[in-house]
Amino acid sequence: MKPMIAFENVSFCYRSEEEDRIDLFEDFNLIIKKGDFTAVLGHNGSGKSTMAKLCNGLLKPTAGKVIVDGMDTADEKNDITVKKTVGMVFQNPDNQIVATIVEEDVAFGLENLGVEPKVIRKRVDEALQAVDMYDYRGHEPHRLSGGQKQRVAIAGIIAMQPECIVFDEPTAMLDPKGRAEVLNIIKKLNEDFHITVVLITHYMDEAALANRVIVMEDSKIIADGTPKDVFSHVELLQSVGLDVPQPTELMYELKKEGYALPEDILTVDECIKAIETLYGG
Amino acid sequence: MIILKTEHLNYKYSEGTPFAKTALTDINIEIEKGSFLGLIGHTGSGKSTLVQHFNGLLKPTAGKIYVDGQDIWQTPKQIRRICFKVGLVFQYPEHQLFDETVEKDIAFGPRNMELSEDEIQKRVKDAAEIVGLSEDLLKKSPFDLSGGEKRRAALAGVLAMQPEVLVLDEPTAGLDPKGRDTILERIKQYQKDSGTTVVLVSHSMEDVAKVADKVLVMNKNVVAMYDTVEQVFSRSDELSQMGLAVPSVTKIFMGLKKKGIPVNPGVFTVEQGKQELMKLLPKGGTL
Repeated sequence: MKPMIAFENVSFCYRSEEEDRIDLFEDFNLIIKKGDFTAVLGHNGSGKSTMAKLCNGLLKPTAGKVIVDGMDTADEKNDITVKKTVGMVFQNPDNQIVATIVEEDVAFGLENLGVEPKVIRKRVDEALQAVDMYDYRGHEPHRLSGGQKQRVAIAGIIAMQPECIVFDEPTAMLDPKGRAEVLNIIKKLNEDFHITVVLITHYMDEAALANRVIVMEDSKIIADGTPKDVFSHVELLQSVGLDVPQPTELMYELKKEGYALPEDILTVDECIKAIETLYGG
Repeated sequence: MIILKTEHLNYKYSEGTPFAKTALTDINIEIEKGSFLGLIGHTGSGKSTLVQHFNGLLKPTAGKIYVDGQDIWQTPKQIRRICFKVGLVFQYPEHQLFDETVEKDIAFGPRNMELSEDEIQKRVKDAAEIVGLSEDLLKKSPFDLSGGEKRRAALAGVLAMQPEVLVLDEPTAGLDPKGRDTILERIKQYQKDSGTTVVLVSHSMEDVAKVADKVLVMNKNVVAMYDTVEQVFSRSDELSQMGLAVPSVTKIFMGLKKKGIPVNPGVFTVEQGKQELMKLLPKGGTL
């Protein structure tokens, strides 16, 4: 099977007006498999967002190739198909909403693609149902909460039926309730709709939901594996200014003090169980 | 000494219209001078509405607010002076940067206070140092700074006015873990060094647990709790029921407690958790 997204020896540089070129990526390689849920961690300026924009041709590599489902993103004739295949959701929901009625906003992308009205109606309804916003279809987007707006933005992407969605810190501006709503939807899209998900985030507990975690620093991948693998490298993550999930950190700290506790603890429940075992035994 | 006090404070949005909505009901609080208060509550609980009363941005529908013992609405024309005493840093304050250089932007507040040019320059320099902005950045356009630097520049603009009470609405929202810790450490240090009273509005109990002395919990337009950090956070079950996002480490201790293991469920940081468990668990052994 063709990979969903493949970075092959990708280099990328910005040219700013005053300064000379700034090289961001050099000889970067990464394969995102179809159906996967990949979380990308890294502090501000580590190259995560540039990587996200390279995923669907919003940025094109200076050297090397980004291949989306077999298509080279640098090839102009693939432009529309690539963007239909890989959708993007950004941090600020207010910047992504264009229409004055929720369902019109969701239909915006499809109208631009010249899809038949009957098909648009069907896809908009389905997309709004998928993000649990169908009841709000006639509402004005600016009256919704942050989490609801972000779900409308996601519905706009789903309506285009992408195979993959790249989320660039979709919960950074939301309150805890909004975060939970959006995360539930992201998980559901991956599990029930089999959409490949790339989730860029600062929140370690969000990354723990993925089946693969990538850690970036200076535009390089410094860790790559299952959440359990990656988060067991507590010192490495802390050295690049990242946290680990609290249950993992607690176990790590106690282990350092000489307690016999397992290393690969991610969730609250696992942690409780491990402490209970040690306490009882 | 009490620096800020509210008496039967009530507020309704759009009063007298069909859209009238109660935002605050009978708020009575006293804030000690020089203290660090954490203010938590979920969206819509009234916490932002409350802090906007502290410096006269909103006028209470009923009740009174005292700053430094003075009823701030006694002579409404002098409300501007109150604004200078209580500095409010909004959410995403970097959206409010506007001047040509960082230096001019920070100087905007002090300049409006009609201070001497020397005093303004000194305050700009001091404020930049407190938030950790280097001198070369001061000459740059605020729009050329990174996200974290912008946030700190906006904060410096309020610090330069040397308010007696500094109110920060979600100062760490959207920052990465490193940026978050830097901002919090700087604010805590500033509070200790200058004796300024700080009110930190936050969704994050972890952040509040790290820096605050006392915690005020707003729920459904009223004060639900107002006590020391330890007292408030020992009621983690109630906080959780109010829809507040309790840190995972607290959930671990709530879970252990439910299983009958004798732990304090009011643990809010990993460090506290470690200390608590070290008292309890047998050392060594094998898996």
